Amino acid sequence: MPLNRNQIAWRIAQEIEDGNYVNLGIGMPELVANYIPENREIIFHSENGILGMGPQPEKSEEDGDLINAGKKPVTLLTGGSYFNHTDSFAMVRGGHIDLCVLGAFQISKNGDLANWATLDNSKPPGVGGAMDLAVGAKSIFVMTEHCTKDGTPKIMEECSYPLTGQGVVNTIFTDLAVIDITSEGLKVREKINEISFMELQNKTGAPLIESDIKELSPPVL
Amino acid sequence: MRDKVVQVLEIKMIDKRVNNFEEALQGIADSSTVLLGGFGQAGSPVELIEALIDQGATNLTVVSNNAGEGEFGLAALMKAGRIRKVICSYPRSSGSFIFEELYESGKIELEIVPQGTLSERMRAAGAGIGGFFTPTSAGTLLSQDKEVRQIDGKDYVFEKPLKADVALIKAHTADRWGNLTYNKSARNFGPAMAMAADLTIAQVQEITNLGEIDPEHVVTPGIFVNRVLEVKLEN
Repeated sequence: MPLNRNQIAWRIAQEIEDGNYVNLGIGMPELVANYIPENREIIFHSENGILGMGPQPEKSEEDGDLINAGKKPVTLLTGGSYFNHTDSFAMVRGGHIDLCVLGAFQISKNGDLANWATLDNSKPPGVGGAMDLAVGAKSIFVMTEHCTKDGTPKIMEECSYPLTGQGVVNTIFTDLAVIDITSEGLKVREKINEISFMELQNKTGAPLIESDIKELSPPVL
Repeated sequence: MRDKVVQVLEIKMIDKRVNNFEEALQGIADSSTVLLGGFGQAGSPVELIEALIDQGATNLTVVSNNAGEGEFGLAALMKAGRIRKVICSYPRSSGSFIFEELYESGKIELEIVPQGTLSERMRAAGAGIGGFFTPTSAGTLLSQDKEVRQIDGKDYVFEKPLKADVALIKAHTADRWGNLTYNKSARNFGPAMAMAADLTIAQVQEITNLGEIDPEHVVTPGIFVNRVLEVKLEN
């Protein structure tokens, strides 16, 4: 079975190292926070000025002045801090954030990321902090479905949508596989057992490298 | 004793406190560039922005992370037809329907700036820096018409300072010197905007006596602030 979103989030969470400063992109990547293994201390950064961001509060505890980058109410963990936007993005661009998990419309074989605009010009574009994060975090993980709803591969030779950053992605986590972007190309590290390498290749718009592929098998979530 | 002339010195005290919205917004001219604090609703000086509708300034260029939501604050100012152009990082928040209508009918101009660049451009203006090179947006549509320079093998995009006539921000506590503290993540763009404008006006929850803000806790020193207005809001 292809992974559901919680399972992709679980898989990414296993990859996050103890002591890491991590920024989770708005939307699907936020799920990753739910699956951090218990014996690891991870500090979450929110680009609107929080380090040590905690989970969503009870409704009665919500505070309009304490929100995350997706403008949802959050909490502050003991030891957390607040700071202004300039300092927050100094953390981002200055290489102080260990890892950022972002969603994607498209990813190219050399790690270009497109996740802020499509080719539809009728709606106003909006970039937020995506370009700063893409270029600034030490590591970029992409969390995405392997293909779009109509089955078009999201991993391709070159992105057709406007880029967020060039050559920025390190690893792609999809519902079918874990793929590292290396100097040799797209290396499949893990895949689900239900599909063959050839089937995975057919769902991918750029050549994959097959070498010592492990099974991608998260728990039922 | 009786012979002694007692000279009464009149000491002019610095007092940035204003009593009402009219005094707070006095002198904001048409066609001004106005920085508006806030990230979503957190830190948005909603009451000052709405008072700007009564003040009357129009043809404004507004700098704000978002493009307003619902029909209050920035969205209300937009609806009143006072804004010519918006410079922001993310105008597409849910509830930004007034902006979207104006944008789609060509009645408002939009300049998209990445969030970190937006903040740094204002900081640069406030710090007297003539611009800076950032890796953000290199190789994307947003750097198309900008100078790109390779520094130590990496591409950087030249960004100019973003200076403004006016900043409207929201803080938590102020004193008569204009020293400010903020509340939680509502701090966001306040400190950068305060230093980037010729006239910085802060609405605050509370004005305290000079000395009551611990000097170690002042976030925006009063040198960057011109007027403070107490606007008590229910939590």
